[in-house]
Amino acid sequence: MTKKINLVDTTLRDGSHAIKHSFTKEQAASIARGLDRCGVPLIELSHGDGLGGSSFTYGFSKANEFELLKAAGEQIKNSKLTVLLLPGIGTIEDLKRAYEHGARAVRVATHVTEGDVSEQHIKASKDMGMMAVGFLMMVHMASPERIAVEARKMESYGADYINLADSAGYLLPDGVRDRINAVRGAVRIPVGFHAHNNLGMAAANSLAAVKAGATYIDATLRGLGAGAGNTQMEVIAGVLQRSGYDTGVDFYGLMDHAQEAAEPLMLRPQVIDNGSLMLGYAGVYSSFLLHVYDAAEKYDLEPRDIMVELGRRKMVGGQEDMIIDVAYQLTRSR
Amino acid sequence: MDKIKVAVIGPGNIGSDLMYKIFRSKYLEMGMMAGIIESEGIKRASSHGIAVSTEGVQAVARQKDIKIAFDATSAAAHLKVNGPALKAAGIVSVDLTPAAVGPYCVPCVNLDSLKDEPNINMVTCGGQATIPIVYAIERAAGAAYAEIVACISSMSAGPGTRANMDEFTETTSKALEVVGGADKGKAIIILNPAEPPPMMTNTIMVRVKNPAVGIEKITASINAIVNEIQAYVPGYHVRVPPILEGDKVTAIVQVEGQGDFLPAYSGNLDIINAAAIAAAEKIAERMLRGRGAS
Repeated sequence: MTKKINLVDTTLRDGSHAIKHSFTKEQAASIARGLDRCGVPLIELSHGDGLGGSSFTYGFSKANEFELLKAAGEQIKNSKLTVLLLPGIGTIEDLKRAYEHGARAVRVATHVTEGDVSEQHIKASKDMGMMAVGFLMMVHMASPERIAVEARKMESYGADYINLADSAGYLLPDGVRDRINAVRGAVRIPVGFHAHNNLGMAAANSLAAVKAGATYIDATLRGLGAGAGNTQMEVIAGVLQRSGYDTGVDFYGLMDHAQEAAEPLMLRPQVIDNGSLMLGYAGVYSSFLLHVYDAAEKYDLEPRDIMVELGRRKMVGGQEDMIIDVAYQLTRSR
Repeated sequence: MDKIKVAVIGPGNIGSDLMYKIFRSKYLEMGMMAGIIESEGIKRASSHGIAVSTEGVQAVARQKDIKIAFDATSAAAHLKVNGPALKAAGIVSVDLTPAAVGPYCVPCVNLDSLKDEPNINMVTCGGQATIPIVYAIERAAGAAYAEIVACISSMSAGPGTRANMDEFTETTSKALEVVGGADKGKAIIILNPAEPPPMMTNTIMVRVKNPAVGIEKITASINAIVNEIQAYVPGYHVRVPPILEGDKVTAIVQVEGQGDFLPAYSGNLDIINAAAIAAAEKIAERMLRGRGAS
């Protein structure tokens, strides 16, 4: 029997970083419609930093995310409309509004060692009848054993599956395999994986995750996402098909959809430029990339130097505000 | 000199740190440490010769000479039990939970107007660190929108904070408006587990109404308030001085704790406690003056 793998599209969430949170209602509707037709089971949409992310710190959204959810939701027949929520940024009030606008699943994301801050939000989403995913970010920063402990906490709050995110695109396949194995050994619920392509490993790491037993894989059309982007949806669909897994998606349909709906709105080709490479190399949160470029220009610094310092300081997801601090301190020390 | 007797309810990290700050106070005297179970905090207070009880607020309410009580328990406990019991006993509540029964108090901004209130709320640690800066920017150039990011070390975020992330963001956002004076407030909190634990760092970003005022006046207003905060939080300082870009002002401040009970990186706990002490001292001063007159 071929194993079923659930592809989770996050073009309308992680992809939001790459286009500076400028999705329009029409774009959200068109992307969601195509994904639904191609049989993608989960479609994630929100500000790149999750519900409530629209801000000075992370960038203001061009369109209200609840209106985007409504526009996307109206086009979806079979997929589950999903949102991301980072406790400390988004709130249960935001989640309730997202539900009213069509969201039926939520991924509650915390730094890899801070799983307990998700308790309030996972429990609230289960009370609302939503699917809830425990989403651990920056998994390269913790040992497999520690990740297993945090995953167990999220399972105890009611999570339906655990997603491990290599938010910095730092891991190599062995590191992915060890982490998936550790979590699978610790929880009874399914496990998923979210990659970034900063070291060119996104598809390979996603395949390694699947081989270690992950059954949910995040991807985006054309790889649109923070840093060098995510696992490319149409690529992983082909790779998994060739490897003998059943994703239930329309491979050709996704290729066409990527070309027609995602490619035209990209601000730049989703290649591994030097900044993205440094994110993966130094272990820095991928969505810092464009903010680092802005700060480097403003302070006349090398983006690389800012990245290395951010990595040295062990900044976690959501600390975009510290890019200015690092740039300022580097300027003073030169 | 006469002192006002106070009690601390909730002998955890916050309560124990408060006790050491009270030992240093010119106006406050530690009258009782109250909890609901035998704990390290109760033993610690007892070892310093302080009266202790595991009967919680009821024991405090029976002490006729206690005039002010710090509530370092939880929002639910303050709302349902401690707040009403203290009110009935005529004891002033300095509430360190997010219950917000009484008005928000940020000492360097609005303490003078609150010194006669029977119950004051200390907002949140992030609020104490950032609202003064928003207020300083607002009084210089107006504030259409204020956003803050508070980063605290994972080590200094106890189970209460972790189970109540929404209370933090919602209470702080509201106080940025009510006390800071911004038309709209938004608060973000981040926990960072790096070792050694990082100091509490706060970024403040404000969309000002009158950027033409210029950065010099805004900076002068911020520097003045920083001096006032340093009077009760010596470890408070500006990391990145204000930057004006278009109509956006950005500044970053850091809070190093005094290390009374909690380590220096717990600037978040130090600042809310130091603010609570500053508020209680003001109230105590008024009470002592009242005594002198009678």
